[in-house]
Amino acid sequence: MNTAPPAALLASFPDADSLLAAARRARQEGYECIDGHSPFPVDGLAEALGFDERRVVLLAGAGFVGGFSLALLAQWWMNAVDYPLNVGGRPLAAWVAFAYPAFELACLAGAVVGIAAMLLLNHLPRPGHPLLDVEPFRRASQDRFFLSIATVDPRYRPRRTEAFLRDLGARQVLEVPP
Amino acid sequence: MSTGAEIFQPITVQVADIALARRVRRRWWLALALSGAATVAFVATVVWLLATGVGIWGINIPVNWGLAIVNSIWWAGLATAGTLISALLLLVPGQQWRSALNRFAEAMTVLAVAMAGVFPILHLGRPEAVHWMLPLPSTLGVWPQFRSPLTWDVASLLAYLLVSLAFWYVGMIPDLATLRDRAGGARRRRAYNRLALGWRGSALHWARWRQAYRAAALMAVLAATLHSGGAMLFAAGPSAAWHTTGLPPYLLASGVFSGLAVVLLLTLSLRAAFGLGAVITGRHLDIMGRLLLVAGLAFLYGAATLAFGAWYSGDPRQAQFLVERAVGAHAVTTWAAMALMFVPLQALWWRRARRAPAVLAAVALAVVPGVWLDRYVLVLGGLQRDYLPSRWGEYAPTAAEWALFGGTLGAFAFLFLLFVRFLPLVAMFEIREATA
Repeated sequence: MNTAPPAALLASFPDADSLLAAARRARQEGYECIDGHSPFPVDGLAEALGFDERRVVLLAGAGFVGGFSLALLAQWWMNAVDYPLNVGGRPLAAWVAFAYPAFELACLAGAVVGIAAMLLLNHLPRPGHPLLDVEPFRRASQDRFFLSIATVDPRYRPRRTEAFLRDLGARQVLEVPP
Repeated sequence: MSTGAEIFQPITVQVADIALARRVRRRWWLALALSGAATVAFVATVVWLLATGVGIWGINIPVNWGLAIVNSIWWAGLATAGTLISALLLLVPGQQWRSALNRFAEAMTVLAVAMAGVFPILHLGRPEAVHWMLPLPSTLGVWPQFRSPLTWDVASLLAYLLVSLAFWYVGMIPDLATLRDRAGGARRRRAYNRLALGWRGSALHWARWRQAYRAAALMAVLAATLHSGGAMLFAAGPSAAWHTTGLPPYLLASGVFSGLAVVLLLTLSLRAAFGLGAVITGRHLDIMGRLLLVAGLAFLYGAATLAFGAWYSGDPRQAQFLVERAVGAHAVTTWAAMALMFVPLQALWWRRARRAPAVLAAVALAVVPGVWLDRYVLVLGGLQRDYLPSRWGEYAPTAAEWALFGGTLGAFAFLFLLFVRFLPLVAMFEIREATA
């Protein structure tokens, strides 16, 4: 028999509004290690859980600017410094011509850096997360909404937290195996 | 109050089961076999081409760009419409109807850009040296010449392909998780879990995902507007027919026009094949019809502007190209293109026509080859008649060129069929979000 304490408690809700309300209540109650799981992005849920960052956007922007500058610099070095080719006396540092590939690479760098930042900050890929072994959690990508409270949360008390979750209107409270 | 199960389950089941169904329909196998045969023929022709050289094509001097370049810019044009529908409309608030169409429009974009990229590589006299177009350090000590639009074309096609691929995949992650959670067998579940990167719909993940997805959409739109690196390549050349700054928008407008027609054809086929009438409604068809009409009129305006510019420039060479188009060697092709592109299109002024799948399919089926013929006249007309009549020449495509064109059509269909069978072809989570 497995006697180790669970990693988290998982409460299921039938719709996005009740999940949002439950998340707000849990935050007010002082819980910190909480997360919501929904089959689509629920407006305001992340903010209700204390999400306040623009790192992905800023990094994507930085990727765009960095990609543009780096591409300009690289083209200038290749065509004007390392391999200057005289084509009818035209200027070697042709910034207007260089701007076109630089813009393309800037778009690429912005998209790639933004996506990479999203994956890194989200700690993805993580195909072996314990939540994925919880049978009812399969509905989280389809039609059900979950709130999870990790047992490492300082406010977590085995009985009380479960009762609190039921009090919030959870249809079901499950234990996530460690 | 209705619960999540009642609202979201129908769309989830309907879309996910297309990819997860155990039994595959015979029609799918038939289509896969046909397109697979065309793909094999394509690969065989490529091998023949690489072994023999571009001498098996009908190109020569002065007509050194033939069907390959026509096909390349035609495919690249198709791609822009997918980006327009998915990325641009994501950034426009209140455009929820895109959710039913964006996923397969993006798949079309990715595949079309890939097909567009095949031809310039095959067109190289020495395709084994294709990496010379990239700035790779080598003992040769030679760098690509970035003052030439040839390198712009490389950069824009490559960037566009990678950005649209990334945008398509990132948008698909949450739906891949749905497939994982509905998959029956352990092996399928594991495979979809890997593809979904272990996505678990966490609120914080969604928040960051949304930021990254929007950023990628913005980049995809920019890449699409600038896929005209190829058009610059035309415009910067010495041919009077192409030597105009109007060419990039001309190719973009006609590209969006033909691409919308292809998206419309795919929409109608998927809707009929999988009974998706509840997801892709008459309203979607109506809006697609309007978009096609608007894109067609925009292109008509662009074509008229280009013709006016050629005449108003006072340059006899440019005017000569206009006359050539209207009454010269390509007169039949020109007028066939005009008729196919713009005559059936006028039916879309009527709402009843826009809601009738048969009418929409007929219009789209006329537009797609119409734009291809327009590209043909643009490329060939620009090369056959030079400034000196002594340099005039003719061109006729060979069987190898037609086989390559048919081969890319087959390869596109083959890959698209695989996409339809194994990946979520409608953005389920977006439809859930819209109905919630």
